[in-house]
Amino acid sequence: MTDAIDLLLNTNLWAAVLRIATPLIFGVLGALLCERAGVLNLGIEGIMTMGAMTGWLTVYLGGDLWMGLLVAAFAGGLIGLLHAGLTVPLGLSQHVSGLGITLFASAASYYIFRLVVEVGSLPPTIEPFRPVDIPYLSELPVIGTILFSQTLPTYLALLAVAMMAYILAHTPLGTAIRMTGENPHAVEAQGLNPMRIRIGAVVVGSALMALGGAFLTTAAFNSFFPEMVQGRGWICIALVVFASWKPGKALVGALLFAFFDAYQLRLQTVVDGVPYQLFLMAPYVLSIVALVLVARRAQVPAALMTPYRRGER
Amino acid sequence: MRLERRSHVPLHLAFLAPVSAVLVALFLAAGLIAAAGVSPLTAYTELVRGAFGSRLALSEMLTRATPLIFTGLAAAVAFRARLWNIGAEGQFFMGALMTAWVGHSLSLPGPLGMIVLMLIGMAAGAALLAGPAFMRLRFGVDEVVTTLLLNFIVLLFVGLMIEGPLRDPLAFGWPSSVPVDGAYRLPDLIPRTRLHCGFLVALGAAGAVWLVFARTVFGMESRATGLSGSAARFAGISLPGTLMRVALFSGALAGLAGSVEVLGVTAGVTTTMSPGFGYAGIVVAMLAALHPVGVVGSAIFVATIFVGADAMSRATGVPSFIADVIVALCLLTMLVALLFTTHRVRR
Repeated sequence: MTDAIDLLLNTNLWAAVLRIATPLIFGVLGALLCERAGVLNLGIEGIMTMGAMTGWLTVYLGGDLWMGLLVAAFAGGLIGLLHAGLTVPLGLSQHVSGLGITLFASAASYYIFRLVVEVGSLPPTIEPFRPVDIPYLSELPVIGTILFSQTLPTYLALLAVAMMAYILAHTPLGTAIRMTGENPHAVEAQGLNPMRIRIGAVVVGSALMALGGAFLTTAAFNSFFPEMVQGRGWICIALVVFASWKPGKALVGALLFAFFDAYQLRLQTVVDGVPYQLFLMAPYVLSIVALVLVARRAQVPAALMTPYRRGER
Repeated sequence: MRLERRSHVPLHLAFLAPVSAVLVALFLAAGLIAAAGVSPLTAYTELVRGAFGSRLALSEMLTRATPLIFTGLAAAVAFRARLWNIGAEGQFFMGALMTAWVGHSLSLPGPLGMIVLMLIGMAAGAALLAGPAFMRLRFGVDEVVTTLLLNFIVLLFVGLMIEGPLRDPLAFGWPSSVPVDGAYRLPDLIPRTRLHCGFLVALGAAGAVWLVFARTVFGMESRATGLSGSAARFAGISLPGTLMRVALFSGALAGLAGSVEVLGVTAGVTTTMSPGFGYAGIVVAMLAALHPVGVVGSAIFVATIFVGADAMSRATGVPSFIADVIVALCLLTMLVALLFTTHRVRR
């Protein structure tokens, strides 16, 4: 038992929290942006897989790490465009389209990966992002290692949270996006095109999701393998509800979640006699519990999942 | 240009939709096959031969179609009532696990035991979906996320059980659960193949679901709920009651898929026994436009792709993931095709 508490005092645990949270932060921001504009994007799991694969592949084929992130974001945006095309102008079921996108993007990722990398015993590796010590700040006791010795994409994720919060709350663009999610007819009445806003939000949101996937292969690990996203996308969808569609709360949710994930990983090593699967289940169980706790009070965007058709009420 | 709802779906379009969806999907996938340096025509010929080319190939394909019929029915039942059950994968494993567990030590006469074990698989699947349905009705939690997350939880639970209390001490290599007693194994339909009587059970299930939808009050209520919740409520239909019954029905069908797979094919449970039967069931249901009899046809189609692609992959070197690509593309193209059966384009 004291071991379990000692773990909490270990700075490595807290440094891991930010690292584990990074893909979730990107993913939850992406999902949040789509949903704020009124589109549920269940393609997230597949888009993250696509991001993980394309990001890794770019670097493996000689590209630089940042180029990998860029390609991943572009690929994610492209798949987002497909989801947007099906759900916005055509107004198809966002549930079914999103699942189709996930099945397609995952399968296509594995297929392309297999075209380049033959079946072998070990997946090939790349040189991933290394933690960067920020001068002076990283030398601070405790906080230094926890906050200021992360990889650059982690800082990018935190920056993205601030930007998303600012844009949504304080800019005309943000107002237009939020309004599209609440009442697209009112947007139309303002002389804006709600379809364009929705498509844009889904494309940018999907690019963010793909960055989350790319972080897995270019910073957290150094190789790509099937099933590596492991439901992180679905967890992000749950986190958006938990965060009540607010970027700041989404960050808190992702960190909280990552803390439990990091803690259970370490707890496995000190607690005997408990099957490791029980620890691995914890993140998924927690997501469900979180949903149950907040669902009743959640401020769902009023037009979420309602297709917009011009002139139809 | 805008879309206008048709007053009714013309019959020829209802048949044209899946055919054109499949053709477009195959055309799109041909690009990826060509990227592997293989002629798509050669690849598709190999694929068809791999699924229909011999008695063995055909029986393998039908063996693969059996669980897909059940999971396709599970999705069709749920989706008709707009209950988004994406958890068929988890319900499949729960049904399989409970069947193997009870079937290992059950002592009943063979045929009776088979029926009891299938009922146990159905109960396990139904129970697993009852949770998300309850959470939706009581707390307003979207069942898509809960059923998806439950898939991961169940798979870990299966891993826990087959490495622990249900471990088969005689199994080498990959952990497997204890097998069901030989007395309850479903008899072969064609001797010396893996095709078993579960296929007939699947056909029976499709007929039963069709009957329920076409001829019972529950079927009418569940369709009404899916078409318009408010109208259904106005007509005096209890939404919570109907949705819960739909959930139990859908979960039971997915659980039965796992149960029959254990009784007919695997005997024991492994974590790799399903190549995504639950998720593919969604595609099967959509390709059939949620019609229970159509599910049989689309399950056979999806099984053809899966089994045929394996053979094609061995013959040509195209990665077998192409099967998942084709199936996923079919879902997307079918979604668009369905729109044009219910709507027309007006200038």
